[in-house]
Formats: sequence, C-alpha cells, structure tokens
Amino acid sequence: MNSDKIKTSTQVGLFVTCLADLIRPQIGFAAVALLEQAGCTVRVPRNQTCCGQPALNSGDSASTIAIAKMVIKTFAQDDYVIAASGSCVDTICHKYPELFRNDALWAGRARALAAKTWELTSFLVEVMELQQVEATYDGVCSYHDSCSGLRELGIYDQPRQLLASVVGLELKEMNENNVCCGFGGLFSIKYPDISTRMVSDKCANVGHSGVDTLLGGDLGCLLNIAGRLRREGAPVRVFHVAEVLAGMTDGPAIGEGESDL
Amino acid sequence: MSAVASQKVAFRERTTRALRDSNLQQAMGKARGGFVDKRLEAMAALPEFDETRDAARDIKDHVLANLDGYLELYEQKVIENGGQVHWARTAEEACQIVADICKEANAQVVTKGKSMVSEEMHLNSVLEAAGLKVVETDLGEYIVQLAGETPSHIIAPAVHKTREQITELFHEHHSKLGYTDRVTQREALVNEARSVLRGTFVTADVGITGANFLVAETGANVIVTNEGNGDLTSSLPRVHIVTAGIEKVIPSLDDLSVLLRVLARSATGQEMSAYTSLYSGPRQDTDSEGPEAYHVVLLDNGRSTMLGGGYRSMLRCIRCGACLNHCPVYSAIGGHAYGWVYSGPMGSVLTPLLNGFDDSVDLPNACTLNGRCKAVCPVRIPLSDLLLKHRLEQYRRRLTPLFGRFLVRAWAWVATRPRLYQGLMALPLWLMHWRGHRRGALEHIPFAGGWTDSRDFPTPAGRSFIRQWHSRKGKS
Repeated sequence: MNSDKIKTSTQVGLFVTCLADLIRPQIGFAAVALLEQAGCTVRVPRNQTCCGQPALNSGDSASTIAIAKMVIKTFAQDDYVIAASGSCVDTICHKYPELFRNDALWAGRARALAAKTWELTSFLVEVMELQQVEATYDGVCSYHDSCSGLRELGIYDQPRQLLASVVGLELKEMNENNVCCGFGGLFSIKYPDISTRMVSDKCANVGHSGVDTLLGGDLGCLLNIAGRLRREGAPVRVFHVAEVLAGMTDGPAIGEGESDL
Repeated sequence: MSAVASQKVAFRERTTRALRDSNLQQAMGKARGGFVDKRLEAMAALPEFDETRDAARDIKDHVLANLDGYLELYEQKVIENGGQVHWARTAEEACQIVADICKEANAQVVTKGKSMVSEEMHLNSVLEAAGLKVVETDLGEYIVQLAGETPSHIIAPAVHKTREQITELFHEHHSKLGYTDRVTQREALVNEARSVLRGTFVTADVGITGANFLVAETGANVIVTNEGNGDLTSSLPRVHIVTAGIEKVIPSLDDLSVLLRVLARSATGQEMSAYTSLYSGPRQDTDSEGPEAYHVVLLDNGRSTMLGGGYRSMLRCIRCGACLNHCPVYSAIGGHAYGWVYSGPMGSVLTPLLNGFDDSVDLPNACTLNGRCKAVCPVRIPLSDLLLKHRLEQYRRRLTPLFGRFLVRAWAWVATRPRLYQGLMALPLWLMHWRGHRRGALEHIPFAGGWTDSRDFPTPAGRSFIRQWHSRKGKS
C-alpha cells in the first residue's frame, strides 16, 4: 500500500528562496498549493535559507560553496526540487556544477541536484503536464520575463500557458518584456543610479501597455518593479505568477498595504 | 597613461554624469531598439543563423588553438604578396612602428579608416605629436575626432551624439572651409562630410585601416564598411598600413564567408555591409592603382596571455557590437562611462584583461548578469559568465572593498546556519512589517538608501515562510 502511494505521487522538495521566505511567504504557499494540485507530495525542509547568489555574484566562491553544500545535502533525498524563481534555479542548475568542477565527489552531487531541480511553472507544465489551474483573476496582465529564467532556462511559454487557463485574466504583452528590470541583486544597491534608470524604463513599458497588473516569476525583479511603480504612483498591481495561478490574490499585491484594499 | 587616469575619474562619477546628460540620453534613446529590431529581422530571414553562429565559433576556436601556425602562414603570404608584417608586443611598440613607417615615407597627411586597435594604441595622438595631420574618414569617427572625443561604440562611434550636436560641430569646423550653411538633415550632413573628406583622400600620403579579418591562405586583410571610406583609405595613398590584433587571423576564404554571414547581421542587421573589400599587398606591375607599400602591424597587447587562461573565448570576438546594442546598462550610460576604448559587455570583459584588473574594478560589477549579451553573441562568447569570472578573480585579488567582502562573508556564515538565520531575521522582519504593513511599502530603509532613494521597498510579511509553515505543520 505504502509503496504504491509513493509511486503514484510525485515527491518534491520546495526550495522557498530567501526573498519569498522573508518578504512574501505567500509565494511559498502558492507554490505548495499548485504542486499539490498537480499531484505532488511537497516537503519543505527547515534546513534552507538562500541559494548563495549574493555571495557568488560578489565573487566569494568559498562562501557560495559552503551554502551550495548545505543546499545539496538538504535536498539529497527529494525526487525533485522546485523553486518559484528562475534565477535561483539557474544558480543551482548551472552555477553549482561549475563551482565544484575540480571536486569529483561534490561535482557529482551538484550535478545530481541540478538534474532534478526545476523552476515551478516549467515543472508544472513539462513534468507534471498540468494543462490548467483553478483560478480566477479579473484583470489585464503583462508578464515580465526575468533574465535567468528566460535565457538560461528557456522559460517563456510555460507561465503563459498556465495563465491562459485563469478565468477572467487577459494577457497583454508589453514592449521589451525580455529586457532586464535593473534589479540584479546587489547591483541595485551598488549601482542605484543605473538600476533606477533601468527600472524606470521598465515601468514606462508597463505604463504604455495599459495593463492593470504586472506578473513575473522572480520576486527580486517584482520587488524592484513594484517599488518603483509605487514611488511613481502608478496604479499597477504586481503579483508573482504563482500567486495568481493559485488564486491567492485577495490580499494586498506586492507593495500594497492594508490601507490600499 | 591617460586611459588609466581616466579610469580613476571614478566610474560612478562618469555614470552619474552620463545619466544626467540630456543629449546623451536623447541619442541613446533613439538608438535603443533600432539595432535590436534589425538584427531580429535579419535572423528571421536566415533560418540557419544559429548553426552559422556555431560554425563561426568553431572556426575561431580552431584558429585560437593553432594561432602561432596561422599567424606564420599569414605573414609568409603577406611577404609573398610584396608586403611587410611587423609584430608589436605593446601599444607603444605598435605606435612606434607606424610612426617610423610614416616618417620613412615622408608623410604629411594620414587618412584613417575605422580601427578599434588604433584607438587601443592611442595612435592618433602619437602621430599628431610627430607632426602629422591625421584625418578620420569613417563618418562617426570623423565626428568624434572633430569633437575631440573617442568613439563610444565599436561600430557606431558617434552614437552618443544627437543630430543637432553634429550640425553645430560641422558648422563650427566647416564654415571656415566655405560651408557656411547650417545643415540639419541627415543626408545633407553626410554629403557635407563627404565633400570635405574628398579633398583629404587625394592628398593623403599614408592610409591606415583596421582589419575585420586577416586571411592566412591568401595574406589578405578584409574590411567591411558602409561608407566606402575604407577603400579610399586603402587604395589612394602611397602607403597602406593595416593595424590589427593578432586574433584577427582566420584560415581561409571559406571561413571568411561563414564569419561574414554572422558579422553584419549581428552588427547592423544587414545581410552584408555595403562594402566588403580584400586587400592583399602593394600595387603589382600589372595594377593600374594601389599603394606602393603595404604594411601590417600585428598587435599583441595582452592577447597572447588570454590564450592560456579561462578567458580564451573572448578572443573569438569579431567586434560586431551586438552585445553593446543589447546591453541595458550600456544603453543607459553610453560607451564613454566605461572609461576605455572598449565598452559594453565586451569592453567590461576585455578592459581588465588588456588594461589591468586594478583600474577597472567597477566594470564587471556594473552589470545585472542578465545574459542578453551572451544570448546574441555571433561567436557565442559567454560574456556574462566571463564577467562573473572577473568578479571571482577580483575577490581572489582582494580588489573589491573590504567592508563589502566582510558583509557578504558574515551573511554567508549565518546563511549556512538556518536556525540562527531564522532567529536573526525575525526581529528586523517584524519591525519592517510593523512599520510598513498599513502602507505596504517602506519609503526609507536605513543603510539601503541606494534602493529607497528612488524606489519604495515592499513591506515584508511579519513572519518568514519557513516559520509559518513549520508552526502550521507542527513538525520539521
């Protein structure tokens, strides 16, 4: 009985990502809900914090390696590892194996983790073959394609395919939807002027598209864009795609407060 | 060296200035997207574009693995054709060689076709110091020369200038030559420059061009232009000098045909540039025209040291400019902010390698690693990966600020201790939530002014997902 159950249900470990964990936990709950809807059993290990990108992008390979080893050990037992972020998945899938290139033991483990790690929407569509979700959203949305997901993982159609099944949702593409929003992790703090210019361009494109909602798959970009839209006073709501797909849009959008509702 | 000095004017200051320069912003805004759209159209018209990029990459990789042999073969062919090859280890050596050739030829006037290697050598200032009149003949190069500037883009040197600025520049410099009307239309500006330059072409003693490729099997140098100025520079003066980096050599004309198919499409979205010319030496007895002497100055300037390390792929670069055209940082700040000859992603990779890591710390960091450069490179240079590699190298050499390195290390130490991490994060999360939950966003965060000066920071939920999840589940 027990072994049958294991066979029929796909087991996944959820890598929450540090930003979703700390700033917008609802993305984690949305990811769990979607994975369960698709027939997965979800485990959320306590032993996780971040994928190590801030250290890696600062050139600190020793720190990145320490974090990577923790991530590799934490998720060793899972059949799949899922994260609702293209850039974290890119780090695990492409940067970890490279970091351990000269370490035969860990290189093998890193490659094994890379092979079973997926970005949420691509996993739902390509592995779980999820055709549609049970959600309603009344709004005209544009989708910002985050860089790592788009260019390193080839994520473009998957979220759009699922969004097409959301009742009431109209997707309208904006100009330069594939151009960086200027977040870049620590880049946005180290080079705020350039980052501001880039996110302003992004907000202008959002504005010209005339949509009322902006969606994306990476919380870093969304915090950046939502933060700028809000500063500009633009009446555009920002959600992570997982929140919309899971129907978790009743509360405040990213950057909205209780007073906005 | 002036290039190094200008690096020290601080990258940040240059970017701030660039972002506030309304002419620059207007010019860059106009250019933005044009190159991108044209490249997309050109790609769509060539279904085997990606396969051709693979082939182009393979050709360059093959050459780089056998560079010594191809360079020797190339030299032999140039000599057979009646030309001379000069080898220069450094920019200074290369300048000296060119200056000596000009002196020996009793030259007064030098015309130049576009050559980024000559920019890398700072050749113009050396020749001018030797008393020569040097005239750039590529329209963009001519404009920046009149303005006393350097190119801001490897294929569109004056992309940072508005048409109004060019009108004023021409008026200032050409009115004494009899062109007293202020011309404002694009075609009229081109015609005026052409008319001024024609006079120089016929009086020049020496013509200096770059090379897009050097073909080993024939000894020819190849230049592609849209203005034909390279041809007048190559064939009218008594002496033709080609300046090129050693990585420009390719084996054969067949290889050339592959590389040409990706070059113009990636650069300007054209199938071919208007002129593709091959020059293989001085005038032969049977030729009715052409230079009496033909020299090739091959510059190393740090390239050979790139062959051995993890940066070899950068030597594949064919200088198409696609990475600049697709870089949102370049588009925001323009080429001059980068502080040296090469800008954009390829410049941020090359400058530390050719000019030293110490004086270019910002370049690899002023990048979001968005990977658009890597995605469009016609010879598949993993540009964004090389920029990340630079950051690792900077860290190893302790070039980045100590405090920043300490912070990252301390954060990583905590991040490898999940329970401590959750414990330490709890209070700040709760405080930020308490402060901002009604509005939904914070207008100011201590120590993060860089972010909140121009953006709100969306308020965190009061408790982390991990804590919420495990208290709901009541298990770990």
